[in-house]
Amino acid sequence: MNIKKFSFTYPGVEHPSLRNITLPIAQNKITALIGPSGCGKSTLLRAMNRIHDLYPGNKYDGRIELHDLETGKRNNILEIKKENEFIQLRQQVGMIFQKPTPFPMSIFDNVAYGLKIAGLKNKTELAHRVEQALKDSALWKEVHDRLGKSAMGLSGGQQQRLCIARAVAVKPEVLLFDEPTSALDPISTGAIEELLVELKKDISIAIVTHNMQQASRISDYTAFMYLGDLVEYDKTENIFLNPKEKRTEDYITGRFG
Amino acid sequence: MRLLINKIFLSLSVLSALIGLSFLAWILITLFIKGLGSFHFSLFLNDLINGGLRNLLVGQFILAGLASLIGIPLGMAAGIYIQEYGHGRFSSIIRDLSDIMMSAPSIVIGAFVYAVVVIPTGGTSGFAGAIALAIMMIPVVINTTDNMLSLVPRELREAGIALGASKYKVIIDIIIKAAKVGIMTGVLLAFARIIGETAPLLFTSETSNYFTLDLTESFPSLTVSIYDLANEPEESSRDLAWAASFILTVMVLAINLVGRFITRTKK
Amino acid sequence: MEKIFQKLSLASASLVFIILIGIFITLFSSSKLAIDEYGFDFITNPDWNKEVPIDIPAISNKSAKVSSSKGEIIDEDDDEATFPKDDVMFDEDDESATKTVFGGLVPIVGTLLTTLIALAFSLPIAMGIAVFLAEIAPKNVSNVVGMAIELLAAIPSIIFGMWGLYYFAPIVADLVGGYQVSLLTAGLVLGVMILPFMAAITRDSMNTTPAVLKESAYALGATKFEVIKDIIFPYSKVGIIGSIILALGRALGETMAVAFLIGSIFVLPSAINDPTISIPVAMANNFGESSGLGESALFYLALILFVISFGIISLAKFYFLKKAN
Repeated sequence: MNIKKFSFTYPGVEHPSLRNITLPIAQNKITALIGPSGCGKSTLLRAMNRIHDLYPGNKYDGRIELHDLETGKRNNILEIKKENEFIQLRQQVGMIFQKPTPFPMSIFDNVAYGLKIAGLKNKTELAHRVEQALKDSALWKEVHDRLGKSAMGLSGGQQQRLCIARAVAVKPEVLLFDEPTSALDPISTGAIEELLVELKKDISIAIVTHNMQQASRISDYTAFMYLGDLVEYDKTENIFLNPKEKRTEDYITGRFG
Repeated sequence: MRLLINKIFLSLSVLSALIGLSFLAWILITLFIKGLGSFHFSLFLNDLINGGLRNLLVGQFILAGLASLIGIPLGMAAGIYIQEYGHGRFSSIIRDLSDIMMSAPSIVIGAFVYAVVVIPTGGTSGFAGAIALAIMMIPVVINTTDNMLSLVPRELREAGIALGASKYKVIIDIIIKAAKVGIMTGVLLAFARIIGETAPLLFTSETSNYFTLDLTESFPSLTVSIYDLANEPEESSRDLAWAASFILTVMVLAINLVGRFITRTKK
Repeated sequence: MEKIFQKLSLASASLVFIILIGIFITLFSSSKLAIDEYGFDFITNPDWNKEVPIDIPAISNKSAKVSSSKGEIIDEDDDEATFPKDDVMFDEDDESATKTVFGGLVPIVGTLLTTLIALAFSLPIAMGIAVFLAEIAPKNVSNVVGMAIELLAAIPSIIFGMWGLYYFAPIVADLVGGYQVSLLTAGLVLGVMILPFMAAITRDSMNTTPAVLKESAYALGATKFEVIKDIIFPYSKVGIIGSIILALGRALGETMAVAFLIGSIFVLPSAINDPTISIPVAMANNFGESSGLGESALFYLALILFVISFGIISLAKFYFLKKAN
C-alpha cells in the first residue's frame, strides 16, 4: 500500500487528527507505527481498511493506494463508495484488534466465517482452508481435536491467534494489527510475534504498537508519529540506532511518551 | 447521639424492607389459600360455561401468543435499527418515545384499538385484543433489544466488518448471537407482562364463556373473566375468580423466575 | 438484502412514532363531539350522565335568558335555541326537554387523589427499601430481597385488586372507618403496586454514587446514616426525583386494582374514605355500553389522561433522569 499526503478529520471535530501523511507499506515486510498516545497511529491504521466509515461523517484528504497484485492496478481506496467495493477492500486488507474478538460460534465457524460470506460453500474446500489457516497461525495443534467447540473457551492468546487465523483464511494481501499483544501475557506475545515474522512471507503487515521493543524486534520499517504528523520513516535499525529527528530520538530514549 | 440516630434510621430501613416483603408474602399466601381451596383439576377440563377455566387459559395464551408474534419481530427490528443503524436524532427520538410508551396507561391503548379496530370491524374480536397487547409489548421489546445490543463490545462489530461482512450479516450472525441470552430473557419477561394484562382487553376482545378459536369474535380471556367473576354476587363465582387468580399468578411468576434463571446460569 | 433489512428495521422503528401519533389523533377525533359540546367546562363539571332539563324558549325572544344548567351550550344571542343533536328528550307531559350531560371533574379528581395517596404511602417505604438494598444489606441478602421485590412488581394488577378488595381493604376500613371501597383503599393498594418500581429505580440511582466519595466520608468517621443523608442522597437526588415522578406517571394510568377498590360512583368524595371514581375505572366500566356523546366523553377523559401521563413521564425522563445520567 502507499499512503500519499493523507489527512483525516473525525466527524464533528475541527482540526484534522492526521496531517499530510506520506508513507509506504512495503510488500511482504512488517511496518511498525509507533508514537505516544494520541499521535494518530491507530487512526492511520484504521483508515487503511476504511473501518472509520462505520461512523459516518469523516473527512479524507489525499490518497491511499492499494496495489492490487492480480490486476496490477493501484486503486485509491479513499474513493470507494459502493457496498461491494468496501467488502472487497476488507477481503484484501484484514484487521486484527487489540482485544481478541472471537465470534460467538465454534472455532471452525469462526475461521470459516470470512470464507462463507465470500461465497465459499464447498465443505471440503472450507475444511481445507480452515485447517491451513489454523496451521499458518500456529493454532492447529492445540485445537484440531475440538474444532466444534465454542471459541469462547480458548485462552486470550489462543483467541488472538484464532482471530489471526480467521483473517488469513481469506488470503488478504495486507494485514493490519492494532496493538495485537497489549492485552496478552508475555508468552502469548512472543508466540504471536513469531507468527507475524512467518506471515510476512506472503502478506504485507502494518502493526501499531506502543511497545518499542516489539517494534525493534520484529519490524523491517518503522514510522514514528507525533500529534498527527509523520515525524520520521526509515528502516527499523536506522530509527532505533540512528534517528534523524530529535523528536524521534527523544521518544526512543524514553524522554517522553 | 449520632449513633442513636444512625441506629434508628437503619432500623427503619430494614423495617421498610420487611414491610415490602410482607406485602409480597401476604398476597402470595392469600392466593395460595383461597386459590388452592377452590382448585381442582376439573378446572382444566371444563370451560367457563361449565364452571371451569379451560377456555380462558387457552384463550389468554393464544392472545398473548398472537401479540408476541406481532410484537416481538417488530420490537426487535426497531431495537436493532436504533442501536445499529440509526446514528442521529431520529433514533434517539424513537428511543425516547418508546420509553414513554412503556409507561403509558394501558387502558388508553385499549381505547385506541377500540376506535381503530373494534368500531370499524363492527365488534369486539380476539384480533383487536391481540393487537392491543402487541402495542403494549413493542416498546418493552425495543427497550430490551436496544439495551442488550449496546452491551456488545464495539470491537466485535468492527471485527465482522473488517472481514468484509455486510452490516446486516454482522448483526444477524454475530451481534444478535452475542446478545442472545439477554434478548431472550427480555422477551420472556415482556411475555409475562402482557399475559397478565386486563385493561387493554376489556373492550377490545372482552371475554367469552365458551371454548373458541375464532379470533373474529369476543375471545376468552382469563384476566377479563376474573374481573367479571369477582363482580358477580354468587360465592361460587368469587371462588372461581380466586382459583383463576392463583393459576394466573403462578404462571406469571414462573415465567419470570425462568427468565431470571436463564440470565443467571448463562452468565 | 442489506438494503431490505435496513428498510424493514427502519419501518419498524417508525411504527413507534406512527402509533403514538395515531393514538393522539384517534383520541382527539373520537372526543371531538364531547369537546365541541362541553369545551373546558368538562373538566370542572361534576355531573356525569345526568339528565338536565333545558327549557324551550319562547319563539323569537332576543333577550330571553334561557336558563342553562351546568354544561349546556345555548347561544343566548340566537333567536332560536340550538339543541344539541343527541340526547335530547322531550317529556311529553311537561313539554320540557332534557338532555344528558357528561362532566369529567369526578374521575379527574379521583385519578389525581388516588395517585397522591399512593405516592404518600409508598414513598417512605420505597426509599427505605432502596437504602436497605443499596447500602445496608450484604450482597447475597440484597440480591434475594431485590429479586423478591421484583417479583412483587411482576404480579398482575388484577391480583392486587382481588387481594386488596377482600383482604387489605377490610383491615383499612376497620382501622380508619368508612367504606371498604374508597379513595383511601384504592390509593393505598395503588401505593403497594408502585412500591417495587420506585424502590428499584431509587436503588439504581443510589448505586451510581462513586465508591470513592462514600469512602472519603466514612474515612472521616461519618455514620452510615450521615453518608446516606449527606453524600448519597444529594448525589443521586435528581435520579430519585425522576423515579418518583415516573412512578407517579404510571400510577395515573392504573386501572384494574383501582377498579376493584374505588367504588365506581360518579360522586366527589367528601372524605378520604368515601367511594368515588377515577378516569381509567370510568373507562373500564362504561366503554362497552356507551355511544354517541357518552362514548365521546369517555374518549375525552382518555385524552386528558393520556396528555397528563405523557407530560409527567416526559418530564421525569427528560428533565430528571437525563440529568442523572
